[in-house]
Amino acid sequence: MSERLPERRDRPTYHQLVEMTIVRLKEFGREPDVAFWVFAFPLLLTLALGFAFREKPPDRIPIGVAQGPHAQQRLAALRKSPSLQPRIYEEQEGREELRRGKISLLVSADARPVYRLDPTRPEARTARVEVDNALQVSAGRRDVFQAPVQHVSEQGSRYIDFLVPGLLGMNLMSTGMWSIAFSVVNSRLRKLLKRFIATPMRKRHYLFSQFLSRLVFLIAEVTIVAVFGWLVFDVTVRGSMLAFAVTCLIGGASFAGIGVLLASRVRTIEAISGLMNVVMMPMWICSGVFFSYERFPDAVKPLIRALPLTALNDALRAVMNDGYGLTHVAPQLAILLAWAVVTSVIGLKIFRWQ
Amino acid sequence: MNANPVISCIDLRKHYPDVKAVDGIDLDVLPGECFGLLGPNGAGKTTTIEILEGINQPTSGEVRILGMNWRDHELELRERIGVSLQETQLAEKLTVYETLRLFRSFYANGPHPDDLLRSLSLDEKRNARVVNLSGGQKQRLAVACALVGEPDVLFLDEPTTGLDPQSRLQLWDVVQGYRKRGGTVLLTTHYMEEAERLCDRIAIIDHGKRIALGTPQQLIAKLDAPHIIEFVSMPALEESAFATLSGFHGATLRGDRWQLRVDSLAHSVPQLLSIVETRGAKLETLSTHAATLEDLFVALTGRELRDV
Repeated sequence: MSERLPERRDRPTYHQLVEMTIVRLKEFGREPDVAFWVFAFPLLLTLALGFAFREKPPDRIPIGVAQGPHAQQRLAALRKSPSLQPRIYEEQEGREELRRGKISLLVSADARPVYRLDPTRPEARTARVEVDNALQVSAGRRDVFQAPVQHVSEQGSRYIDFLVPGLLGMNLMSTGMWSIAFSVVNSRLRKLLKRFIATPMRKRHYLFSQFLSRLVFLIAEVTIVAVFGWLVFDVTVRGSMLAFAVTCLIGGASFAGIGVLLASRVRTIEAISGLMNVVMMPMWICSGVFFSYERFPDAVKPLIRALPLTALNDALRAVMNDGYGLTHVAPQLAILLAWAVVTSVIGLKIFRWQ
Repeated sequence: MNANPVISCIDLRKHYPDVKAVDGIDLDVLPGECFGLLGPNGAGKTTTIEILEGINQPTSGEVRILGMNWRDHELELRERIGVSLQETQLAEKLTVYETLRLFRSFYANGPHPDDLLRSLSLDEKRNARVVNLSGGQKQRLAVACALVGEPDVLFLDEPTTGLDPQSRLQLWDVVQGYRKRGGTVLLTTHYMEEAERLCDRIAIIDHGKRIALGTPQQLIAKLDAPHIIEFVSMPALEESAFATLSGFHGATLRGDRWQLRVDSLAHSVPQLLSIVETRGAKLETLSTHAATLEDLFVALTGRELRDV
């Protein structure tokens, strides 16, 4: 143990905001679970849901043909239609199948066929048009003209296009809120916050450093999910990259602010976990991550749209799928910015350091 | 060096709804002094030191540190004091160097973290994570974090509680080293050896009140009796039995063990033996030692320091 003055090197100058941010990043990076939940989990989710809901050609409509002298001929005619799946039944059996919904239409055995169908079933109308067309053509009808058909599957209108922005938004919400709230509550629990305020540390720098380190991870997180969606599912950002980046940033800031507010007074990990779930649950359900919130009653839609995750998802979809720019998503960005500012200001104000 | 106290408080009180944690304490700590608050757990030492550190607010009373008060000069004071709290757990996943560098960044001035690590014999652990440090190493790192802003005053709350003797000695060396560079120290402890070894002056605290103040020698002198006799007899004697002892200053019964404060062992021990014998009692154990702060505390409160 030296009792002399320590030998002096150049007296260092560190900036506390920079140092706190770096330390925060290191701590976060040294949590072994982080890589999985922040990076691998959203990719796995995207992959699973992307394949579950991938586009496939519409199913052929099952059609019954009643047994009789014309049955074979009619079966052959119907088989020529790419959208029908005909089968021969005994008349009685066919009626049963129709009643049970196993087939959408039954062609009777009469010389001039009768179409039996249940008009309340959505596919019955298509079945009638397709069956009639196939039988008419086979009976010798000549079409007046042939109209070529173009199949359209626009990028931006598939389910996966809907899903990827939703997953991005959800991911920004959960990692943003969890990482900040856990770090704050844990430091309070360990009396580290109390130790910090016994130094000349500026209190706002502590919270800024949480935001800044979050920003670094946010960039990595968004890039990985977006690149993955592009490579695997061909989901692209059709609008401006600037609008996309700004939307992610402001969205991240709003969830960081909410995380700070939730963690501002809580003293235990159990309490913060419960609080987080209470706050996130409505947004998982209502904010249109997996399915559009359009089906909710009109009365609650303004409320749903005011939720930060709804605003973020709407803005991300507008930019990614519809190719809109910043001005179009300005209302959503304003909502997100309001959440970010109000929550972090209140959070810092009521923050419990001990 | 001027004679103005570095730390002073007058009639300091902190009342919680159910307890008066600090109940009218006056203190003056002079420049370059190492001052100890000695007392059992729950005596109000931590509340007192945290009020002086400006992280707890008193119910009433006046605090001045380096001639300034917390209300008007918080930031300046924070730059000039170093603090080690009782229960801080530093971030486990950071290394020793990273932790110290973080704390260094909070202060405008201070040594290079590596220089400080060397002077605290922590340089070998520079790149070890905090979670892997021993109790003594963690505590030295905590003190390093308190020294990293080159403070004029160092506050240490129970710096060696729970440490092994070797680690305790190392930590005492760190404190002595800081004092040799002119620093002022205020520490709390419930170890009387620590108070005797490290402190120039000591305030004994009990139930939020200062019950004694002085140098270790002055405090022990307050007993008016340099020697202590401890004994157990069957059956136990009444206090009145000691009235005939010469140079007798008082007795305290701890369980079935009497502690007698006396002027001279040579006179009192033979007298005591004959008292025991004439009363028809049998002596179970007998021991003697020179009076310590512990004995003063027992004499003042009838309890031991380590009682809760």
